[in-house]
Amino acid sequence: MTKPRMTYQAIELTPPEPKKIPTPKQAMLLLNEPYDSFGQKKSAQLKKGDPVKTGQKLTLFENSDAYVVSSVTGTVSAVSPFFGDFGRSYAAISVDVAENEEMDEQFSAFVKEPTLETVRNWLAFIPGNFPSIILSPDQLSTPIDTIVICGVDRDLLITANQHSVVKESNAIKRGVQILRQATGIDNIIMASHEHLMQDAALSGAEVRVVDPVYPASLPHLIMRDLLGRVVPAGKSCEDLGVAFVGAEAVASLGKAFNEGRIPVYKRFNVIKKDGTSTLVSARVGTPVRDIFSTFDITVNEKDRIVFGGPMTGTSIYSENHPIQPDTDAIMIQDHKDLALVSDYPCINCGDCIPICPAKIQVNMLVRFLEVVKYQEAADEYDLYSCIECGLCSFVCVSRIPILQYIKLAKCELGRISTVEETNV
Amino acid sequence: MFEQKKFTVSHAPFWHNGSSVSARSYNIILAALPAVLFGFFTYGMPAVSVVALSVSSAVAWELAYNKISKRSLSIGDGNAAMIGLLFAMLLPATSPWWLVVTGTFVAVIVGKQIYGGIGGNPFNPVLVGLAIVTLSWKDFFDFNEVLVNYDFSYPMAYPLASLKHFGVFAISDFKPAALLMGQQSGGIGAIFGLGLILGGIYLIIRGCIRWEISVSFLSGIWVTALLFNMADPAKYAGPAFHLLTGYTLIGAFYLATEDSSSPVNFIPMLIYGAFAGIMTILIRNIGAYVDGVVFAILIANLINPLVDKIRPKALGKVV
Repeated sequence: MTKPRMTYQAIELTPPEPKKIPTPKQAMLLLNEPYDSFGQKKSAQLKKGDPVKTGQKLTLFENSDAYVVSSVTGTVSAVSPFFGDFGRSYAAISVDVAENEEMDEQFSAFVKEPTLETVRNWLAFIPGNFPSIILSPDQLSTPIDTIVICGVDRDLLITANQHSVVKESNAIKRGVQILRQATGIDNIIMASHEHLMQDAALSGAEVRVVDPVYPASLPHLIMRDLLGRVVPAGKSCEDLGVAFVGAEAVASLGKAFNEGRIPVYKRFNVIKKDGTSTLVSARVGTPVRDIFSTFDITVNEKDRIVFGGPMTGTSIYSENHPIQPDTDAIMIQDHKDLALVSDYPCINCGDCIPICPAKIQVNMLVRFLEVVKYQEAADEYDLYSCIECGLCSFVCVSRIPILQYIKLAKCELGRISTVEETNV
Repeated sequence: MFEQKKFTVSHAPFWHNGSSVSARSYNIILAALPAVLFGFFTYGMPAVSVVALSVSSAVAWELAYNKISKRSLSIGDGNAAMIGLLFAMLLPATSPWWLVVTGTFVAVIVGKQIYGGIGGNPFNPVLVGLAIVTLSWKDFFDFNEVLVNYDFSYPMAYPLASLKHFGVFAISDFKPAALLMGQQSGGIGAIFGLGLILGGIYLIIRGCIRWEISVSFLSGIWVTALLFNMADPAKYAGPAFHLLTGYTLIGAFYLATEDSSSPVNFIPMLIYGAFAGIMTILIRNIGAYVDGVVFAILIANLINPLVDKIRPKALGKVV
């Protein structure tokens, strides 16, 4: 009877310009590759004191394609390991920012030829959610045949993609052309909220409407509701040949080719302690500390800082954490307002059943997960059907961290199967 | 580096709708209060003492078990107090103290704690307690006998007993409106139909109970009673009488809806509720007992794990 109904933040049709965050004194760029300062993978290509220009491509290891694009001009001050959640590790390149900005012009030579090669070599790090899967199609068993541009935002209180749809329709249009040309994929669909239909149609992609109620904009539900294709449990959208790109990334792509420079400003929402959300624009690599000081937000011990939205984000442990190209939002919660989890057992109240968009028997699933029976959970209670929207934890009367249990179970089962495969 | 502030790091989601186990228990207690206060008003101090003893002994048993089993204290969640209150609501006001204390022992310890505590019990703890004491000391549950000293302006014969022993003509004195307003004999908190219905509606709106169970339970009673009544109006009472007497209304909104022992899927909830309703009337009309609610719900608890297997296909499930 009291099933909560949470709607996405709807952007106004003439939104104000996002607030600009000043260039930081130090920026940190995260390269998606583990870094071990003592081991053999010691940096070969970059060392302390190296000068970098804005828009310059930085690689770290000789025999690796991974790179980042510097968002500032200055000198490298450190290269260090950096750890994310679920055991992911990165190499963090810190840059001390110089006073005068210099632009790196190497990319402008490639503007004439928008090939996949160019995009892969220069634009994998552009602001917005740009999946690498589109760039390396030869690694896939099923080729990508459809690209869905998310003109909607993944989580509540976020408007970054919607802002691009409204304000950057020309750049998106160019980006769509480039995507078509570079990938050879004709079937490009724009997923948008109804009130932005007209702006979305300017992109030249086919527009389809996403329901404004959370979690309709999650990829699995867009697949089901907009494309009429249900992703089998345990498979990803890419397995069915569908890739998802954020509208902001498509706009960045268009801008890169229009201007001959790689964009370095990322738009994201700052969600303050009182729950209000403001769209801002900052250079990739800006530490969150700078964003909080721009907004005069006091950060105290035991507060919670979240990258991403309230339902699907990730909490972080340091104010030095940098803005990344796919950071949609930064949320700060006061320690007095935190909804904490508990170790209470499931009381079988059934609130999670009607709210689950994947129709999982969460009450039974959590009983298996609590006692580490992950395989049984997957076999009998649809662990792999979960699309990780977090609504079950949101309504849980016992405040069980259900989503965390689910992600942990998937992670552990994934590790077991990897070990089994390598043993065979 | 070590002078850094320490932040709270946890997993998504970072919002919660604010519900909690204790709020749920206290809401149920709150919703039951009109019926309980009406019982106090009707039966006076004996009713107050039964309710007070029942709630306090239930909490005491839970506390004792927490201590003995060396587990964290769970009396703060209000569940034990709720069990004690609901148990007292089913008792006659003249119940002796040892009956109350024994009943709450069975309800809290045998009915709930030995299954692992809240959420683990396969049967409704209140009904386990009540079933044991009813079967053990059935004279104390003969409402005509134990409430003989109460004399009001309305008939004080226990309606269901009159129906069982004397047939339909004996219940012509009971008017539905009077029954609804609590002018009948019965358990302390089970007689005030209007209060129970309002409390039930409150719980449904607050999301503390599942409306599907209450509605299907009442529909099961209504349809079955109607069928019996149509078959032989001289022998079987009509549906309105069955809905407003005995433990029907407290069963529909407070007992059948107990979280742990009832299903959570839509169709299973309908089957479960309707099954309990049908069983209630079968026991009342052709069974040995005067009221069938207690055993009907316990039997429905028994089929709960099986019926709750009827579930929708999960997203992307490959059969």
